[in-house]
Amino acid sequence: MALYDLILGPFLEFGFMRRALMGCIALSISGAPIGVFLVLRRMSLMGDVMAHAILPGAAIGFLLSGFSLFAMTVGGVAAGLLVALGAGAIARTTPLREDASFAAFYLVSLGLGVMIVSIKGSNIDLLHVLFGNVLALDDPAIYLIGGIATVTLLTLALIYRLLVAECFDPGFLKSVGGAGGLAHFLFLALVVLNLVGGFNALGTLMVVGLIVLPAASARFWSESVPGQIAAAAVIGIGSSLVGLLVSYHAELPTSPAIILAAGAIHALSILAGRHGSFASQALRARHLRG
Amino acid sequence: MLKRSAPSIRLDNLTLSYRRHPAVHHLSGSFQPGSFTAIFGPNGAGKSTLLKGIVGLIKPDSGRVALEGIGRNDIGYLPQQSALDRSFPMRVLDVAAMGLWRKAGIFSSIGRRQLGDVEAALAAVGLTGFEDRIIGTLSGGQFQRALFARLLLQDTRLILLDEPFTAIDARTMDELLGLIARWHGEGRTVVTVLHDLDIVRERIPETLLLAREKVAWGPTVDVLTDANLARARRLHEAFEDNAELCEMPA
Repeated sequence: MALYDLILGPFLEFGFMRRALMGCIALSISGAPIGVFLVLRRMSLMGDVMAHAILPGAAIGFLLSGFSLFAMTVGGVAAGLLVALGAGAIARTTPLREDASFAAFYLVSLGLGVMIVSIKGSNIDLLHVLFGNVLALDDPAIYLIGGIATVTLLTLALIYRLLVAECFDPGFLKSVGGAGGLAHFLFLALVVLNLVGGFNALGTLMVVGLIVLPAASARFWSESVPGQIAAAAVIGIGSSLVGLLVSYHAELPTSPAIILAAGAIHALSILAGRHGSFASQALRARHLRG
Repeated sequence: MLKRSAPSIRLDNLTLSYRRHPAVHHLSGSFQPGSFTAIFGPNGAGKSTLLKGIVGLIKPDSGRVALEGIGRNDIGYLPQQSALDRSFPMRVLDVAAMGLWRKAGIFSSIGRRQLGDVEAALAAVGLTGFEDRIIGTLSGGQFQRALFARLLLQDTRLILLDEPFTAIDARTMDELLGLIARWHGEGRTVVTVLHDLDIVRERIPETLLLAREKVAWGPTVDVLTDANLARARRLHEAFEDNAELCEMPA
């Protein structure tokens, strides 16, 4: 029965563990395609930037109505979209590159966020916003995450072809009258939504890890976009499961445990993945005749 | 394949610039319906810029591009390879199938008949058997063939090619030139940027010699004279960092 105690028991016995797992699974599935496109577009660090950017919005929500899921979510989404649209617009209309433009916006945003949280709350509140509390997910938070995952997957299904074309050959889209710019902004909006959905569970900083780490690992397991998305989802769910169990048994903080589990899988992928890992480079099969 | 009349492009006093420095300067003239024209000129003469201006990727500073007989999305445009992300994990089949964009749109799936069209296009460019290869594993020539398959499937009446033969071996170039000649024979209007003088002389009936301004435009034999080529070089060298405002009427 050791296996039962180790793996099944915690989830069967405790509702908060089941809710945490469900929230993380939804986040992993929804974050997988987001992460894969971020990595493919060389925007992996943009996830981090956006996560910082939503902080002042969440903080203003917190300032106005305390720990209200609704207020903090609306605030976070608003701040995130403002930064995404503002930085994106400046990058497209001035010589400032997108990364620099986003960096400028998020740094101001972060300063503002920390300022607001410090004025109103204690350090414990700040820690909650930064690192979340996945074991305290209540039903509304789960519904929010589930809803965001649904919206994300449906929207991506609609704009998938546009996104792929925009990544590979943006000029082609423009020449056939496709709305590449629209796809880009919709994608950024989805990034914001997923980060906001995740920050209740994992905190604004840690949620990026659950989106980007599995996607970066997936690169070592598949060469196609759909394959990488599937691999990222599986890795995300696996990391959540391992992280939750480790944190439960060893009484460690949960969201860092999940991210560290994802980090361990990432290290494993670099060492032993199927495509381009150290192992696959070392054990390269003999070359073919033609 | 082609039923409606071939399109033409009229340029009216067109100026396209980067940071106010014109790359194409007060250019007027027409690419006639069904013509096959090379744009030739020194580096930095505005050749690629002109194509981008026609496609609509760059807005004119002044003047205009008038497309006659077609809409904006009836243009097949082959950008320079450096404009594409070749590390993106796409299969050859996916790249070619992008050419079905106008027919399949953003949402609808690609049916069996259309898949047959994709196979046929890949066969036409000699890429049968490469369908599932990831583009990052292709040679420059094979990748260019895949892009030509995409153009075939786009089936547009106006085709714009930006240096299609850079870093491409003679045999691939010969086959692709054959394909372009076929498009021309079908009555499509074809414009291609090239910088190999011999190929332009031998294979392309009309030429626009460009050095930011029009040096000459017409039948290739009349355009590519020593005098015109020398003039193109001279005009090009006149480019200045501290140029004054252009006073020519827009």
